[in-house]
Amino acid sequence: MTERRIRVLIGKPGLDGHDRGAKTVASVLRDHGMEVVYTGLHQTPAMIAEAAAQEDVDVVGLSLLSGAHMALFPRVRDELTARGKGDVLLVGGGIIPHDDMDSLEGDGFAKLFGPGTPTTDIATWIQEEMEKRFEREGEEA
Amino acid sequence: MSAAQGVLDRLVTGDRTALARAITWAESADPRFRAVLTGANERVGRGWRVGITGPPGAGKSTLTNELISAHRAAERSVGVLAVDPSSPFTGGALLGDRIRMDGRTSDEGVFIRSMASRGSHGGIARATVDAVDAMDAFGLEELLIETVGVGQAEYDVVGAADTVLVVLCPGAGDGVQALKSGILEVADVLCVNKADLSGAERLAADLEEAVSLRDVEPHGGWVTPVVSCSAGTSEGIEDVLAALSLHRTWLEDGRLEAHREARRLAQVHRALAEAVDRELWEAFGWRERAVRLLADGAAHYDVVADLIEELRVQTRTAAGGGASER
Repeated sequence: MTERRIRVLIGKPGLDGHDRGAKTVASVLRDHGMEVVYTGLHQTPAMIAEAAAQEDVDVVGLSLLSGAHMALFPRVRDELTARGKGDVLLVGGGIIPHDDMDSLEGDGFAKLFGPGTPTTDIATWIQEEMEKRFEREGEEA
Repeated sequence: MSAAQGVLDRLVTGDRTALARAITWAESADPRFRAVLTGANERVGRGWRVGITGPPGAGKSTLTNELISAHRAAERSVGVLAVDPSSPFTGGALLGDRIRMDGRTSDEGVFIRSMASRGSHGGIARATVDAVDAMDAFGLEELLIETVGVGQAEYDVVGAADTVLVVLCPGAGDGVQALKSGILEVADVLCVNKADLSGAERLAADLEEAVSLRDVEPHGGWVTPVVSCSAGTSEGIEDVLAALSLHRTWLEDGRLEAHREARRLAQVHRALAEAVDRELWEAFGWRERAVRLLADGAAHYDVVADLIEELRVQTRTAAGGGASER
């Protein structure tokens, strides 16, 4: 019998100093029963990936409002892969144009959430994805 | 090769992702953790465990960060297990202790893990000791266990640490608070943080008085020192380190084995109580029995007495009737 809970890391890569959104999402995921590690502002991609590895999280959520997402998001993905964490459910949010969302979603990101997304939708989406993953793990074990 | 064997092999050869996974298994009550720990059992006991506890906002994380710096400056590796509370309503948790330890993530000599308390009420989680055992087996030398912010009577960390450091800060009560039972008594070192704030000297004096007024020394001859520091500006950290090191020397002077044996015994007792509870309540059907007895109008004390008596009878029967009445 295991007591598995969804563990999430919310990271803010780069120099963007606005974390209201990150904190909001962290609180909402907490309220949906997840264990959420928030690592604070001004993290390098390597710091986020290393924290995700040490915390052995199931989900990494990146938040960026500065416009540097096309530079920083893929670097976080690469750093995660380098640490054997390429299999995490990788999601992101912030001020991100639709074209960039499409391109990231085709490139290792499971889902991007734009401004105006109801917070409950984010939580529900993650829960559903993780349920599928936990089921698959259960079958393999 | 089983998944557990793979994680064990990688854990003992210094693979951090294996340590991270072992801790996840410990937290999830995954049976694979037992296999890992059994395999690594010989390696447990080399690290030194310091429990850092105190009320919310006293500066536990900030002080922990300072201790990490000091240990790293002395080229010792550090493992940190930081516990934050789970919501009693949703089970969710916001784990924010890493923010205070920001600069450490890229240091290969430091491993930090956040843990939610998951329904435990003693300041640490059910899996905290298991996780620290895993860090110990991995080879981390200085093990820091940061509890949730505690009140006066949550001190399970005593059963998890070699040295208990209680962190307080001024502005939370008068001298009588310092005389109360509980958290202050379990401290091996008392630390007044935020020593630059008004009231800090008074608090330190009150604590020193409380220690000196003790008629029975709870730590077998160890007199709890009171030290002051300002973790935010790194002032006085050397005094905290000196007090911790003094306690370590004291324990290592022939007292450590007994101290750790008591801890291991408490660990067995706790795990056993949990297992017995699970076994009887669910598997053995006590839950349903209790529901039926209550429905028949039994008082709750009588339900308990009935079930315990029944267990005694069955144990005696199983032992061939030879066991004597207690």
